[in-house]
Amino acid sequence: MKTFLKSTFALLSILVAFTSCNNASKSNSGALSSSAAEKVYVAPGEHDEFYAFISGGFSGQLSVYGLPSGRLFKVIPVFSQDAEKAYGYNEETKPMLNTSHGFVPWDDSHHPDISQTNGEIDGRWVFINGNNTPRIAKIDLSTFETTEIIEVPNSAGNHSSSFVTENSEYVVAGTRFSIPIPQKDMPIKDYKGNFKGSLSFISIDPEHGHMDIKFQLIMPGFDYDLSHPGRGKSHGWFFFTTYNTEEASTLMEVNASQNDKDFIAAVNWKKIEAYVNNGGGTMMPTRYAHNVYDEATHSATSTIKKEVRVVNPLDVPGAVYFLPTPKSPHGCDVDPSGEYIVGNGKLSANLTVHSFTKMLDAIENNKVAGDAYGIPILNFEDVLAGVVEQPGLGPLHTEFDGKGNAYTTFFISSEVVKWKLGTWEVVDRQACYYSVGHLMIPGGNSQKPFGKYVVAMNKITKDRYLPTGPEVTQSAQLYDISGEKMELLLDFPTVGEPHYAAGCPADLIKPRSKKLFKLEDNKHPYATLSEADTKVVRDGKTVHVYMTTIRSHFAPDNIEGVKVGDKVYFHITNLEQDYDVPHGVSMIGANTSELLIMPGQTETFLWEPKQVGVWPFYCTDFCSALHQEMQGYVRVSPANSNTPLKWSLGEDIE
Amino acid sequence: MKTLKQTVLMLLCIITFTACKNENKEAPISSKSVKATTPKEKSGQAFIKDDEGKPTVLHIAIGSKDHTTLVAAVQAAELENALVNAGPLMVFAPTNEAFAALPEGTVENLLKPENKDALANILKYHVTPGKYTKDFLKKFKKLGQANNGYVKVEVVDGEPLIGGAKIIASVPAGNGIVHVIDKVLLPPAE
Repeated sequence: MKTFLKSTFALLSILVAFTSCNNASKSNSGALSSSAAEKVYVAPGEHDEFYAFISGGFSGQLSVYGLPSGRLFKVIPVFSQDAEKAYGYNEETKPMLNTSHGFVPWDDSHHPDISQTNGEIDGRWVFINGNNTPRIAKIDLSTFETTEIIEVPNSAGNHSSSFVTENSEYVVAGTRFSIPIPQKDMPIKDYKGNFKGSLSFISIDPEHGHMDIKFQLIMPGFDYDLSHPGRGKSHGWFFFTTYNTEEASTLMEVNASQNDKDFIAAVNWKKIEAYVNNGGGTMMPTRYAHNVYDEATHSATSTIKKEVRVVNPLDVPGAVYFLPTPKSPHGCDVDPSGEYIVGNGKLSANLTVHSFTKMLDAIENNKVAGDAYGIPILNFEDVLAGVVEQPGLGPLHTEFDGKGNAYTTFFISSEVVKWKLGTWEVVDRQACYYSVGHLMIPGGNSQKPFGKYVVAMNKITKDRYLPTGPEVTQSAQLYDISGEKMELLLDFPTVGEPHYAAGCPADLIKPRSKKLFKLEDNKHPYATLSEADTKVVRDGKTVHVYMTTIRSHFAPDNIEGVKVGDKVYFHITNLEQDYDVPHGVSMIGANTSELLIMPGQTETFLWEPKQVGVWPFYCTDFCSALHQEMQGYVRVSPANSNTPLKWSLGEDIE
Repeated sequence: MKTLKQTVLMLLCIITFTACKNENKEAPISSKSVKATTPKEKSGQAFIKDDEGKPTVLHIAIGSKDHTTLVAAVQAAELENALVNAGPLMVFAPTNEAFAALPEGTVENLLKPENKDALANILKYHVTPGKYTKDFLKKFKKLGQANNGYVKVEVVDGEPLIGGAKIIASVPAGNGIVHVIDKVLLPPAE
């Protein structure tokens, strides 16, 4: 009893001590590594060394940060409407959010991946998947705007996406939830053997990056969790982790964990590509949206496509193999040489590493342990390169530094563990605050990683920041990995859930970043290229306002003859041709977001006036010294009135 | 003896922290004091003060007078932070009595610093990623444990036996559940 009392007292006091000294201890650890502060300090006016594109998870967006400073530059709207940029609110970008389910202005953005040339990050586009209503988006890194979204049919829970092959031949999307393909009304209990999983290979046009579904591989009804392309020697292959090889449909936490091993599916996509190029596969009726934003018209169009090419893996012998991998593997990561395929069994304490060379050897010598729905299963021992023994609890994801080291996150033990490829020994471990998911090394998923920093993305922060009620920020943490031991440099808050990230040296992107849109290239159907061309046109109950902005007025700024019940479209062209001089516009009672129009751009919003009166509009972006003067009026008359349609700038409407 | 050592250690911690606090106010922190106040193994989620949330599996064990040996073992193996994670975690918590029933000297031996890994392996054999009630556990044939091993589940007289141990009480936790068991689970030799 005495012992118990003592130890309880001791524990309590340590809790108290730590709590009371929390602030002190934190500032101390900062001071301890005074070099840490220097390492993340980017002086005013200076630029960061790396871009980091961090997904927003349930926010549906993609945030752009600088490393090492952790400064947030932009939130690029992708799958969700964004009031700040009017994305999904203005008429030009609404079609971007169209799907076969209609207008879906939200998604769950997960895995960004930057385009590659010859196995190296090229900084042209970043692709990201919408998890919920399966979609893949392309963001152009010259404008930092979402320029294309393709829906993925025959998919549900688009999780093992959107990873790019080493010459950006394909961006690949796997389905997490298997479903009836094609969809049909059937009992859920008949899942086993009837549901299927699809792995979609979406080709990327080398010039413009346009996406097109080349083929879908229709696989057994497992859950396809994550994936990565082979590279170097394994270029031409793609690897997907699976769980629920049990094909359960209820209480998955128990029923999908029965098998000692699930699989990594190895797909020889070059073989299937050749098969498809020779007319292989069948066209299957389906429906999916393909939305493309045209930079010349500043407008998006949405097309519903009606069929997709599907391939049965059994029709292409030698194209798909299963590699047994312990305990519901989650992360599926390929090292820069392309030799090692790391499967992180999230319920396993060990990391399993497969060898590409051994896999090829097993295939060549026909060492097959069995099959699953006709797809050959290789022997675990035949493909195993090595095991990292008990490095932590709950392994999730692995990235590489290009110097022979791998870095794996552990959710349950909340840490990043550095280990050596080939010897499988643990070199270092660093705590994460708290419950880390993905991690990112710039270029860490290419042949040429930039092994200077690793960013760990945490699911939980609890006490790490000033509290903001029950909902506190999620966060990323930056570690210096240039030395033998990792060093925690910085915590920084993120937008939404920092699910995963992609990074690259700033110099790859910076010189190509667009500064403005040239007016002479503006092909928007409602563009107004000079004040002389401004006008207001009535077509029945629809009114089109062709308006321009320039410091510091709208043209026109007085409009009469609009009536209650009209649909008034404001098409506003920003005539500025000067870097970073956008104008904003908002109209009282317009139930849309304010618009922010970049130099040379045209954007449109709809206003449906409901009340008689004289209603003002104004510029919402602090554009100039006379910003407060940048305003105007629209006179709204009763529906049955005869007020003539007139407009003016600088003179009275008579 | 062990407890005494611990208490001394904790007191030292308290003193250093208090010291640092004062220094903070008065003078720039010397690198010496800074070094002294970063006991690395004592940072992380386990040491967040949280008197509103439901207690975690760790804090339930800490608060139980029947589990002082288990808690001491968890601390010796430095597993505190793994037990406060979002989980879900199911901890099979042998009582002091269960530890006492081990052959004489076993616990003392395991608590030695050089046996930290062996101790951690045994403790992780008591943890399942998951959260199941006693009744629900009857559905399992085996459980995959955090040390990468499996523990057998049998149903005898309508009660689940976990690796031969009986569940004598169950306490739901914020991040899982604690099942109090009457035997220490020993991982099968490899």
